[in-house]
Order: sequence, then structure tokens, then C-alpha cells
Amino acid sequence: MMHHSLTIDQNVCRGCTHCMKQCPTQAIRIHDGHAHVLAGLCINCGQCLRACPHGAIRIEQTPFEEITSYKIRVAVVPAVFFAQFPDAYSVPHICQALYRLGFTHLLLAESGVDILNQIRPRNIPKDDLTISNYCPAVMKLIQMRYPLLLDNITVRRPPSHVISMFIRSELIRSGINDKEIGIFYFTPCAAKIAQIKTSGSDESKLFQGGINMDTAYNKVREYLSIHKTIAPDVPTSFSFPACTSSALLWSTVKGECIGVTKRAMAVDEMHNVIEFLEQLEEDENTNLNYLELDACAEGCAGGVLTVRNRFLANERLRHWAQSLPSELDDSLKERIEAQRADLEGKLETQRPEASEAMTWDTDTAKAIHKMENSRMIAKALPGIDCGLCGAPTCKALADDIARSEASIRQCVVLKLKDPKMMNQLSKIWGERTKGKSLYKGNEFS
Amino acid sequence: MHAEYDVPAKDFSVAGFAASSIKQMLKQLGINPLVIKRIVVATFEAEVNVIAHSYGGKVILDVEENGVKIQVIDTGPGIPDLNLAMQEGWSTASDEVRALGYGAGMGLPNIKKNADKLDIFTKAGDHTHITMFFNIT
Repeated sequence: MMHHSLTIDQNVCRGCTHCMKQCPTQAIRIHDGHAHVLAGLCINCGQCLRACPHGAIRIEQTPFEEITSYKIRVAVVPAVFFAQFPDAYSVPHICQALYRLGFTHLLLAESGVDILNQIRPRNIPKDDLTISNYCPAVMKLIQMRYPLLLDNITVRRPPSHVISMFIRSELIRSGINDKEIGIFYFTPCAAKIAQIKTSGSDESKLFQGGINMDTAYNKVREYLSIHKTIAPDVPTSFSFPACTSSALLWSTVKGECIGVTKRAMAVDEMHNVIEFLEQLEEDENTNLNYLELDACAEGCAGGVLTVRNRFLANERLRHWAQSLPSELDDSLKERIEAQRADLEGKLETQRPEASEAMTWDTDTAKAIHKMENSRMIAKALPGIDCGLCGAPTCKALADDIARSEASIRQCVVLKLKDPKMMNQLSKIWGERTKGKSLYKGNEFS
Repeated sequence: MHAEYDVPAKDFSVAGFAASSIKQMLKQLGINPLVIKRIVVATFEAEVNVIAHSYGGKVILDVEENGVKIQVIDTGPGIPDLNLAMQEGWSTASDEVRALGYGAGMGLPNIKKNADKLDIFTKAGDHTHITMFFNIT
């Protein structure tokens, strides 16, 4: 099962319903005055964290100190990390800070795009739709809700995989023991951490840990506030020193569409993505060849762990890209060729499988019965979606009651308007047993 | 389980509303996604037929243990020659309708291809009643 990276600090959570109302998959319920995440429905998109006014939602990460347990400490840093800083902080200066923080090697995650493109140029089939696998929250969403679209997802590895494989292969060839290499990914979002922490996943094998971008930002910012100028004795560049301009923009909206000569489109922000996937599932006649889907508004610059305004961050990326070459120079191409043999056969991932979506019951007859009940219960509810019951909508409460996971007594509006009817209805539809966990089989976090 | 959806005449902007609502429901019942897809395609085609060719009508959904029954009933004017209408590419759609991207003459043939059972009552000057059945076990 997919790891779940968002946790709610029950001491801080006031049960205010903000997160519950924002959750695009309705995976949050308020119970005993606190929010709880239904792990089986959560896609780790992080919208709840963004919505929480009290800072009660956290994203777990690898403790920074863990990097010291490796002799060779590689940081794979998405370009958007550098864009978190205003222009006053130059890329070389930030690189230097990262080396000083203990990393021995530093790579731009987007260099993976260049490496991948050189070893095997992207070939998007003409008569079919290819969906990007770049955004991990979207991947999880499709696995859960749109199983028929799984066949359209590209199996070409995302750039972060490729850069990790490349540097490991290079280091091992230079005589370093595999076990001494620790590769850490700086993540702008909760979904990437969840992938890295999911045991058995590609990411868990490629990365020894994930470091949250805000944590890394604070550490770098602290260093830069003390060391205001570039020191002469510490390197200031990436271990793979160049990146093409188009690769650098990969994480921005339409970044993956650059260079696609066929019909390509990008949709960003989770609610938009869901709206579009619903449509796509019903109607294949879109004429699209390539579809990029980003869970966050403005792409990775809008990730929940970013600190800077996402528009400004993307502007810095575009500005930076203008100074980059459109092609790598020959020495770098040779460096890639040197690892070709190791990488060539491993450029594809397993096609993601459908994950068990939440259904009413495995028995169809029972499922129909429960659904009918839910529809009946929904008619008795006020339909104003106030959220005071602890469910995001009246319909969600009706569903929970039909699943025997909630009681109609939770409806505050009905209680004020017609307490007698509520008593009668709760006799028919059942009281909620105290202390019972919501959704059997779904762990609570 | 029973649900009904109104389908207005000539309002293409709402085409697919019934099909989409039915899809949402069936997905929660854990029905095979490939079967759901057939149901959605067939319902959508029938819905568009009602909008494009009739005076308006209804889509009626009934889900039972062994299958999904969808009835699409309009209020007329009926299909003069059903055999012709069942042929791929045959359409009486107006230029206006064709300009919207409909009227390719694939509606009924597509319904037939996707439904496990299909029954059509129609009569020129009367109404059309399509009953589709899909096995779900």
C-alpha cells in the first residue's frame, strides 16, 4: 500500500473543517473535535496543509542528519528549489551552501531530462494519448479513480529517477561502494515523500531519503545570512554542470509540452485535474497526444512545501532558463554516453496498477442496497454542506451513515430544526457506536 | 436502485449530464470499469439522440444485482425507418446539429455495439423508447 505522508497533530488541530472542505478526494472527517485522514482515500496532494490555519498538518521527512550516515551524500535538487530564493541569492551561492551543509555531490533533478533525452529521445505515439507520470499525486489519483486511463500513462521514467540512476552508476564506476552512496531528493510536495517512503517503490530504491524543501530552504537561508559572499575554497557548481533551457522548465506548467510537436496540453491544480480526468474518461475524442497533469497550481512551484510566491518562483526559473544553452556541450554528452550501457535497459518503469478504490461493498447486491440507503438518507439531510457534522458534504455524511460509520445525530441543522424526527431517523438508520473507527480497514492517522 | 434524469430538446450544452451522473454512481458500486465505460458511451449516444432529434425526454436508470437497465424515452416524433437509422453513417441530423460535431450517424449503431441487450420501440409520429441492458456479473 502507498505510504501516507501527511499527519495531523491532534494537539494543535481544532477541528475547524477548513482542510476537510478543501480535500479533493473527501478523505478527511472531523471526529471528536479533530481532523482525521482516511489513508485509503488520501492522494497526498497536500491541499489540506495549505488550508490549515493552525499549522496542525505536517509532512514527514527524512531527518536531515541522516545524510551523515553515508560517505557520499548526493542531493538531487529540483530547479524550483533555487527559485525559492530572490535573485539576490545566486545559484552558485546556494550551491555552495548545500555543499557546506554536508552534501558531497549536487545535481539538478532536471538534468535527468537531458540525460533521458540523449539516451532515448522522447517518442510520443501519434494516434494515441500519452499521459505524463511526472506528478506523483496525480498518479495516485488515477490509480484510485480512473483505472481505465492507466494504459495511457507513459512508462518512461521521470527525470528524478534517471538522474539518480546516472549519478549512482557514475559513482560506482569510479570505484565507490554502492552502500556508501546516499541520494536525497529535495521535495516540494507531500506526494513525492510518500513515494520515497512507500516500501518496494522505485523511489524507495533510488533515493535513500527525501528532504522537505522548506527544511532545506531554512538551512540554506541560515547559511547565506551568515556567509554573505562566495567562499573561494568550496565548489559552487553542480556535479553535472549544465542543464538545457527546456529541461530546466520541466516542472513548470506546460514544461513537459516543450518540444512536443503534436497536440499537447497541460492542466494544473487538483480540482482542475479531476474535472478534466472525469471528462477524459467519458470522451476519448480530444485529439490530444500528450497530457501533462500537475496537482499544484503553477506546477511544482505551487507545491505545499515551497516558501515563495509560485508566480515569482516560476518567473525566476524562466529568467534562469534564458541564460542556459539549448543543447549540452560535447564533453557532457560524452559523460552521458559513458553510462549508457548501465542506463539504457532501465529507462522504463512498471505500469502503475489500479488501487482498490472505495466502493460500497464487494458484494454487488449489498453495495446497491447501501447506496440506495445513502440516497434516501441524503433526502432527509438539509443539503447545505455546513460541515458541522464532521463530514465534508451532506452526501458524504449520508454515505457514512449508510456504511454504519456515522449517525444522523451528527447533523446539527436537523437537531435544531426537528429533534423529534432526528430521534426517529437515528433509530432507523442506527446510532454511531462510540469509539468506532471510521471506515474499517482504513488506518487512521 | 432507481434514478431518473430529464433530457431537454436542442440543449447540447447539457449533453452527457445523465451519462456522467450514472458513471459516478456505478463507479461506487465496484462494477468493472470496462462495463461502466460501455454503459457511459451508450447512454451518452442515446442522450445526444434525444437532444438532437426529439422533443425532449428522460433517461431512467435501474441497477440490479445482475445488471444495469437504462431506458431512454422521448416524447416524439419517432424514427420513420429504424433499419436505416441502425446503419452506420445514416443520419437525419440538421446542418445546425452537424456543425456542433454531432450527427455522424453513429448514435444507434454505437448503442447497439455497447449494450448487451437492446430493445427499441419507435413509430413515426409517435415516441421512441430505447431499453438497454448491461450484464454486470
